[in-house]
Amino acid sequence: MRIVCPFCGERELGEFTYLGDAKPVRPVAGASEDEVFDYVYLRDNVAGATSEYWYHGGGCRAWLKVARNTLTHEISSVEPALGAGAARVGA
Amino acid sequence: MAGAQTHRLDKGGLIDRSASLNFRFDGKTFSGFQGDTLASALIANGVKLVGRSFKYHRPRGILTSGSEEPNALVELRTGARREPNTKATTAELYEGLEAASQNRWPSLRHDVMSVNQLFAPIFVAGFYYKTFMWPAKFWEAIYEPAIRRAAGLGRAAGVADPDHYDKAWAHCDVLIAGSGPAGLAAALAAGRSGARVILCEEDFTLGGRLLSDGGTIDGLPVAEWLSRTLAELAAMPDVRIMTRTTLFGVYDGGTYGAIERVNDHLPSPPEHQVRQRLWRIVARRCVVAAGALERPIVFAGNDTPGVMMASAMRTYIARYAAAPAKRIALFTNNEDGWRTVEAALGAGLQIAAVIDARPDVSAAYRSLASKGGFPVLHGSVSGVEGGKDGVRKIAVSLTGGARAEVEADGLAVSGGWNPAVGLTSYHRGRPKWRDDIAAFVPDGAPPGMVAAGAANGDFGLGACLSQGFAAGAAAAHDAGHNGKAGTAPVADDEAFSLTPLWHVAGKGKAFVDYQHDVTASDIELAQREGFESVEHLKRYTTLGMATDQGKTSNVAGLAIMAAVSGRSIPETGTTIYRPPYVPVAIGAFAGHHRDETFHATRLTPSHHWAAEQGAVFVDTGLWKRAQWYPRAGEKDWLESVTREVKAVRGGVGFCDVSTLGKIDVHGRDAGAFLDRVYINTFSNLAVGKARYGLMLREDGIVYDDGTTSRLAEDHYFLTTTTAKAGLVMQHLEFCRQVLFPELDVQLTSVSDQWAQFSIAGPKTRDLLKEIVDPAEDLSNEGFPFMGAREVALRGGIKARLFRISFSGEMAFEISVPARFGDAMARNLMLAGAPFGVTPYGTEALGVMRVEKGHVAGPELNGTTTAADLGLGKMMSTKKDYIGRVMAGREALVAPDRQVVVGIKPTDKARRLRSGAHIIPKGQIPGPGNDQGYVTSVCFSPTLDQWIGLGLVERGRERIGEVVHAHDPLRGEDYDVELCNPVFYDPDGGRQRG
Repeated sequence: MRIVCPFCGERELGEFTYLGDAKPVRPVAGASEDEVFDYVYLRDNVAGATSEYWYHGGGCRAWLKVARNTLTHEISSVEPALGAGAARVGA
Repeated sequence: MAGAQTHRLDKGGLIDRSASLNFRFDGKTFSGFQGDTLASALIANGVKLVGRSFKYHRPRGILTSGSEEPNALVELRTGARREPNTKATTAELYEGLEAASQNRWPSLRHDVMSVNQLFAPIFVAGFYYKTFMWPAKFWEAIYEPAIRRAAGLGRAAGVADPDHYDKAWAHCDVLIAGSGPAGLAAALAAGRSGARVILCEEDFTLGGRLLSDGGTIDGLPVAEWLSRTLAELAAMPDVRIMTRTTLFGVYDGGTYGAIERVNDHLPSPPEHQVRQRLWRIVARRCVVAAGALERPIVFAGNDTPGVMMASAMRTYIARYAAAPAKRIALFTNNEDGWRTVEAALGAGLQIAAVIDARPDVSAAYRSLASKGGFPVLHGSVSGVEGGKDGVRKIAVSLTGGARAEVEADGLAVSGGWNPAVGLTSYHRGRPKWRDDIAAFVPDGAPPGMVAAGAANGDFGLGACLSQGFAAGAAAAHDAGHNGKAGTAPVADDEAFSLTPLWHVAGKGKAFVDYQHDVTASDIELAQREGFESVEHLKRYTTLGMATDQGKTSNVAGLAIMAAVSGRSIPETGTTIYRPPYVPVAIGAFAGHHRDETFHATRLTPSHHWAAEQGAVFVDTGLWKRAQWYPRAGEKDWLESVTREVKAVRGGVGFCDVSTLGKIDVHGRDAGAFLDRVYINTFSNLAVGKARYGLMLREDGIVYDDGTTSRLAEDHYFLTTTTAKAGLVMQHLEFCRQVLFPELDVQLTSVSDQWAQFSIAGPKTRDLLKEIVDPAEDLSNEGFPFMGAREVALRGGIKARLFRISFSGEMAFEISVPARFGDAMARNLMLAGAPFGVTPYGTEALGVMRVEKGHVAGPELNGTTTAADLGLGKMMSTKKDYIGRVMAGREALVAPDRQVVVGIKPTDKARRLRSGAHIIPKGQIPGPGNDQGYVTSVCFSPTLDQWIGLGLVERGRERIGEVVHAHDPLRGEDYDVELCNPVFYDPDGGRQRG
């Protein structure tokens, strides 16, 4: 498997670390226990298109948001994960 | 002396008759030539019996001439290099080769286990599963031992592999599997277009079928065309040709696995060379020109030595000048099989008869038969008479019902050809059925991959060349190379006509999977017992599950299954294909990652100095750390460690702590950022001060701890534990980039940039004054406890100095640029000599931290909360931070949690062991009353007894209580007292002094 890092170019899987689903957004300060519980534990087990966090620890140390299909392993996009999990007030 | 090569043909072949090689098989000496495989050399010496079968111990010979071989498996080499299940058909002959047959006792010719054939009824399909329905006693006493002894392949060497294996990467535009006509044509087109090409060929000679089949290309004899083509390819700088290299797997993103047998053709690798090399090849496009495998026809006695695939027989004749038999019969259902007759006649061998299952034979071959004076029998082979000495007589069922017999010492069989669909199917592509060739062809190949020629079901020489050429040109074009490819090589297509025939009914065992001894009746039985899905069929009968992965058996097995279940072959379908295409040694996957190079080794800046001192090192993660520094006369580690602790507590010592993770945190919002990742507050830390910090995971469990200092308004220096150094950096980058992008903060890992030493003991200041510039104020007022700032050293080097203490003594930690680490250790020894300075290792460090009640790895174990560690008060209630909400969950704040407490045996002489379980006094130990366990222990020289820390239910409320330590692992039971975890200097006066 290879990931095209937006900063470093196409690199081999061994340079990256997988974290998981990039969908959950960290609840705002003061959120309820239930909201945080969902954020910490609840994940969809998707057969198909997903977006997930990968860390380019063997390269530029950027956290990336990778759109990948879990059925075909095809990667359709890679972008910096800047703010992807940031709390959104009023969201 | 070597025996005569009785079956070597007088002329021809791609062998070097001037290079004679001696070899041994089952202790007997033979000779062959350079260019032989072990199989061809055995054939040249008239050896027909080469092995015994897996279950029934039936005599077996050589079936094929390639990596699909199911029968001719041998143990190659001896001693530590003995490699079981090596295919004689691909093992290159070398001087002194030693091989032994497998799965027989006492000898190949007299194998007592061949009585298994008498018990054949119990070895039927699913026999293993059926045994589970028998009484357990029978299984244990008789069945399991009997199966273990009776069934099997070769023996592993049983000792460590003395050879080295390598792993390497390669990158190209166009990767080509196979160097037959299609592969070479693809390489020509892609290479001429300007693409970077890698061509992998598993054989040691390039050419594929061109080496055996002859023909004419571009008006030239194939041998001439081949040498011209190889010369053209060799002249292209961007075309890399790798022989002895099998492409075995396809992975995501155009990554391919290949195994190169670098030195398997030598008795042992030359010095400093590897045996095999595992390649990971990244290619934009891949052309699979892996050819096709001829398939057997299933009939009674089809495993008799001397029964051989027709194409293999002509390969042995044409390429190796070795005659598998002198009077040959051919059983075919297609036109291609007849080419073996041509080859045999050309070599002066006798043809006994051709048994052709088709209704018609071409006029050309009919006239060949009349010219050659042998009969053409329309029908099928229904049985073979013969044994370990090979085929004697062949029974034929003629079309129309009559029977005939043919006397021959070899039977060539051709049931048609199966394209090698492995590589194209590894991404769950399901091959599709083509009626005209009665075979599966690739479909749904992984992205960027295309099959060409015989691998694509187009067997004609002309088709192979034109398809390969077109595929190579297209692949180069797709990879962005559009140079002139020129014209494709041209050749005629041979006629191909086939009448499908899979199984001939008859008396006696008819083998489908030779290597696993699966017969046609096993498949019929499996179907009767309800195992109709191919995946079930495979597992129930073990069809296709041997080391050859059913290369010669799978399709025939499906066809028989289809016939008995009344479905078509495509309806029956194929099983899932998975890599590797050929067995790959685990050693190759490991490469150099074994023994001392299993993983990278990190050395601390003072490592070499510590080694000079005779330090004993301990592995902590990738690091080697000095564990203690033994001195002459000390009888054990405990004596050394005790001395080191006393020296620190009574004078001064130092320890390399560079393995801690170190991160520079810069930016206007550095403090705000730290407030969000630590449970306590850092934004209010004064410049020039250090503070202990604790991080949680988002689920509320403690993640890591360490001290963080504020060196400037917008600059903090954060330390992590050794174990979590990389992970904390990753976690903080996640927080910074993904969660809190609005903060103006930057992180720099400086773990490797700073050598850090802990200097501890009441004489620390005396020593430091010798190192630090005299202008620096090190007094308690000028540099108070938890102070942190940059200082100049004597000589001008800038250092970072922190007044922090892990030992509980008056202590500093000093950081210098890593390149000065070695010099720092030597200078501390020199300057500290008057004060009796003592270097100490991680053991003494650990003793002092336990005496001080500081938590470390055994307590930060992924289940504990801040409160469990006695650090609950650090949790700020004024801010949000990672883990805050989840840390408040009911179970994480329950009053009966196991918390850190001190533990000491009531008997002062008693040794305390970590791992012992804590049980209330007077109760019988059991899971129901297990209240925790001892996490860390040490012998405390200060208290003159063993002490420890533990996680014990409500531990802090039970100080003074005597409980029971239960250690079933070591068979120990003793009483311990729960106590304050801070055993030493509980009010902290020493570290503030």
